[in-house]
Amino acid sequence: MPNDKNSQKIVDIIKNAARKHSLFVLAYGTGCGAIEIPPTMTSRYDAERFGIRGMATPRQADVLLVTGYLATKTLKRVIRAYEQMQDPKYVIGFGSCTINGGMYWDSYNTIKLLDKYIPVDVYINGCMPRPEAVITGFIELQKLIAEGKADGATKYKENLDWYRANQKKVIKNWNMPDYNW
Amino acid sequence: MDTNSWISILGFIATVVLAFTVGVSYGGIVRKITARIQNRVGPPVYQNFFDIFKLYSKSTAVNHGWMQHLGPAFAITASVTSLMFIPVLNGQGEFWFANLNFKGDLIFLLYMMVFGSLGMALGAGQTGNPNSAIGVSRGLSQMVGYEIPWVLALVALMLQTKSTSITGIMDYQIAHGTWMMFESPLAFIAALMAMLGMFHYAPFDVTFAPAELSSGPASEFGGKYLAMMMTSGSIFAFVKLALFVDIFMGGASNLIMLVVKTFLLYMVPVLYGIVSPRYRTEQSIRYFWGWPTLIGVLGVLYVVFVR
Ligand code: SF4
Repeated sequence: MPNDKNSQKIVDIIKNAARKHSLFVLAYGTGCGAIEIPPTMTSRYDAERFGIRGMATPRQADVLLVTGYLATKTLKRVIRAYEQMQDPKYVIGFGSCTINGGMYWDSYNTIKLLDKYIPVDVYINGCMPRPEAVITGFIELQKLIAEGKADGATKYKENLDWYRANQKKVIKNWNMPDYNW
Repeated sequence: MDTNSWISILGFIATVVLAFTVGVSYGGIVRKITARIQNRVGPPVYQNFFDIFKLYSKSTAVNHGWMQHLGPAFAITASVTSLMFIPVLNGQGEFWFANLNFKGDLIFLLYMMVFGSLGMALGAGQTGNPNSAIGVSRGLSQMVGYEIPWVLALVALMLQTKSTSITGIMDYQIAHGTWMMFESPLAFIAALMAMLGMFHYAPFDVTFAPAELSSGPASEFGGKYLAMMMTSGSIFAFVKLALFVDIFMGGASNLIMLVVKTFLLYMVPVLYGIVSPRYRTEQSIRYFWGWPTLIGVLGVLYVVFVR
């Protein structure tokens, strides 16, 4: 994290170097773009070269990869998963659907801008983005982490009211437990 | 305290550092080998150091109660304690880093090696995650499976060497100039098959099965808890390998021999695992209660009647 002189302490530089080289990914693959995740992770494009590795549960993960459109129903699950993750945590919005709704622009039950509901650090555009683009997105995230600028989680905590208000606007039956994340 | 106790304390610390370094590097090498077999480039071999360091530097770690807090601590305590009873190297007739040793430490070790998993089971039980509960029950059933051939193999060794301490078995091998894996081959085979289960690689990874149980007992452990589990797992892998080398392969006289022997031994479960799919729980238990147990019994009979 940058301090008031806008430079990082040495401890942070070391920590961020480790964070950057070890990204545990929780892929939230309900959008059609999720079909590009398996080739990214397996032999052809091998994201493990960069220390990117799939994790099975939100508790263990660092990066939430939201692949594509989110219905209001799935948004609730994404928020739950995001809040269960441990700091520092990052979000990658994957595909045009997370940026402006993509081809679901005028759909009645999908959200359009993911950033209004959870803080997104990096967007990967394309419908659907190829594995090369996905890996480029991850490297962009690594750069942000090394500079200490991937601070979506802090933003979320600071502006929690704003995010909660947005979330409650689209999720009608809001009965979620409070997490001490 | 006098100089001798300081030296032994330094020995303890050196052993733990060595076990951690070797264990974590082996983890990285295994990931690299897996990647190469799958025709990938794979992460760098020091990747696991990054992972563990990153997990330790996570700024939050949620916990669900004190038992979950203690679970990983139990695991790491059990790993370090069992490490203390393993003589890492043997010099000319004397043991370096012999650490704690007494008559019957092999039997004590049998209990100590289970303690970590039991601690983890208690910790995982408190998280209330259904995946953890299934994982724990699978892990404990599988443990019942592989403990039987493993104990049979150790009984064969104890009968043959008339000693229940690890240093005693090593002394026997030095005195007779052979390795137990040739003296008592049936026991070695039984123990090797039990080792496949001990390392939890495929086809025996029913406990952590990421695709069906979302990593089982570990599923609610994030941040520092996961880091502690990974640390303890790395140390424990070294403990098991060093124990095998000590009792079956005559120990190691220097670090290079230790690394060569443990690495070759480690490749058995790893390579077997990479090319295997996953067993179901009952298949895995049936496996251990089949041939490995039979070979273990034959090994004991061989020692009793033939030797
Ligand atoms: S961006 Fe395109 S590929 Fe991705 S989820 Fe939306 S419609 Fe599907």
